[in-house]
Amino acid sequence: MTAPRTLYDKIWDDHVVHQAEDGTCLLYIDRHLVHEVTSPQAFEGLRMTGRKVRAPEKTIAVPDHNVPTTLDRAKGIENEESRIQVEALDKNARDFGVNYYPVSDVRQGIVHIVGPEQGWTLPGMTVVCGDSHTATHGAFGSLAHGIGTSEVEHVLATQTLIQQKSKNMKVEITGSLRPGVTAKDITLSVIGATGTAGGTGYVIEYCGQAIRELSMEGRMTVCNMAIEGGARAGLIAPDEVTFAYVMGRPHAPKGAAWEAALAYWKTLFTDEGAHFDKVVVLKGEDIAPVVTWGTSPEDVLPITGTVPSPEDFTGGKVEAARRSLEYMGLTPGQKLSEIKIDTVFIGSCTNGRIEDLRAAAAILKGKKIVPGMRAMVVPGSGLVRAQAEEEGLAQIFIDAGFEWRLAGCSMCLAMNPDQLTPGERCAATSNRNFEGRQGRGGRTHLLSPAMAAAAAVTGHLTDVRELMTENA
Amino acid sequence: MDKFTTITGIAAPMPLVNIDTDMIIPKQFLKTIQRSGLGKNLFDEMRFTQDGAEIADFVLNKPSYRQAEIIVAGDNFGCGSSREHAPWALLDFGIRCVISTSFADIFFNNCFKNGILPIVMPQEVVDVLMQDAERGGNARMTIDLENQTVTTSDGQSFGFDVDPFRKHCLINGLDDIGLTLEKASSIDSFESKTKGLRPWV
Repeated sequence: MTAPRTLYDKIWDDHVVHQAEDGTCLLYIDRHLVHEVTSPQAFEGLRMTGRKVRAPEKTIAVPDHNVPTTLDRAKGIENEESRIQVEALDKNARDFGVNYYPVSDVRQGIVHIVGPEQGWTLPGMTVVCGDSHTATHGAFGSLAHGIGTSEVEHVLATQTLIQQKSKNMKVEITGSLRPGVTAKDITLSVIGATGTAGGTGYVIEYCGQAIRELSMEGRMTVCNMAIEGGARAGLIAPDEVTFAYVMGRPHAPKGAAWEAALAYWKTLFTDEGAHFDKVVVLKGEDIAPVVTWGTSPEDVLPITGTVPSPEDFTGGKVEAARRSLEYMGLTPGQKLSEIKIDTVFIGSCTNGRIEDLRAAAAILKGKKIVPGMRAMVVPGSGLVRAQAEEEGLAQIFIDAGFEWRLAGCSMCLAMNPDQLTPGERCAATSNRNFEGRQGRGGRTHLLSPAMAAAAAVTGHLTDVRELMTENA
Repeated sequence: MDKFTTITGIAAPMPLVNIDTDMIIPKQFLKTIQRSGLGKNLFDEMRFTQDGAEIADFVLNKPSYRQAEIIVAGDNFGCGSSREHAPWALLDFGIRCVISTSFADIFFNNCFKNGILPIVMPQEVVDVLMQDAERGGNARMTIDLENQTVTTSDGQSFGFDVDPFRKHCLINGLDDIGLTLEKASSIDSFESKTKGLRPWV
């Protein structure tokens, strides 16, 4: 009888190709997702050494970071370097024969939205991508994490990765969430509690009633930001919600293969008594709608709070907080709900899925954004965009005064023309509020799609629950 | 990859915590399709004004630190994205070693693939090294990977841990892919085994 194992232990054990005496493992990779920014040097490395892609059928490429999201994007990419990078992906995908969704394909979108949507991401798999938000796919109970370009080349050439096993961490969210509180508030609150280095060296398994009650979209939001807490990956054990989402997707197994897969997937849970090296428990009912005030995702507070003072912190965080407040143009003691917003960005691999757009549209229905506000919705994929149009969400956004864009990473990291100008303050549903992240000098407040919609309507950071009462 | 054995060089102090990859190399420089040439954009938004003028009090712009080969940094260095452009930019500038109390996981891995040694030290040691780094260009720190020691300019020596496999690769400048391809038969047999067990993959 084997010792009780965690979900992470089980997936790990099923993918070890070779283990060296010092514990270094060669881990097999089931799915390799590729985008245009972190792959050109890797493909070039293959060319220089005369190597091939070992498993092109397990490799999926899609351009997302550089692509324009304006409606006229068929005319091409204006910025020469961006265009060259996307063209390089076109050529590399063709030359090496990997699965590819070009800009012109309706299925194109952010790589972490396309993978699950097309059924490439399945429970129990190992999934990597040259992108830190690969953690998203952990929502399916697959071991998924970001890698650097050298490792992209390694996976292309060998379909494996040299890895040391991480430690196990459990994050349990007990009970249910209160109205107006979402997956984004869970994941930000966890980072607020553990810090951005709190997960370093760990793979997190999220569990508890509040996690089980989330949709797949919500679970992806939670796992997406595991990296922001420093963890290598975030995981959620697959269940009926997972299976229902996966079933019928283009690359999901069918027929007898489905039954066999399902039987295996049902073994993917943490055994009773399995050991976790670190445990964090939050009560679902204690989680409030939150926003970030600083330039690190750990700078999280409930919307009902006030801007902290550097003296509230200790160690190196005192200087970091002072620097953050100066960069963000905020004063200690200021109410978070009084912070004026110039721009609202709804989208990204964190919150660019259909449920996110529904949540924002529910707040915006019949309302207008404040005059002078710049507001945009960037769906996570062409299919999300199409579905939102069918459901009438697009019209709600447009009527409210939002720009209704095409799919891509857009203003989450501002590699395409969607950028903030110095001092411009943005309520963003993305994942990073780092200095300069959304454009040099730009000021980012991270929040949920519903909270972003609320800010668009009032012109300042707003407790979405107040608008919900109003609607009720 | 360049071998890493021993370096003796200037260490730049960067006590700020959570120095993220967007600070190390902002996204506008990720559009390159090459690995080289990013050193001029290292820490771009901290190092230069919007018009490209140097910001005089940024550490790497100070005359004593322009030739720095080591950075002593605050906690959680390299957090954020997986961009290998961060270690590429550091290397291209001339940085071969970063010392901190902790590193973000992906950045840490990426360093080893590029001949950069990230060293984790306890806070009290980082404090001593930070002080030594603050002494400027006349103080040289020595990193000896073979013996796993960091020695300050005044001769205080501290041991550090490093994964034996990664140490071996760094010292010999080895290419991971070449090493893994030696195990091609193990990969083949893993694939045929899982084809039976999990055919849907």
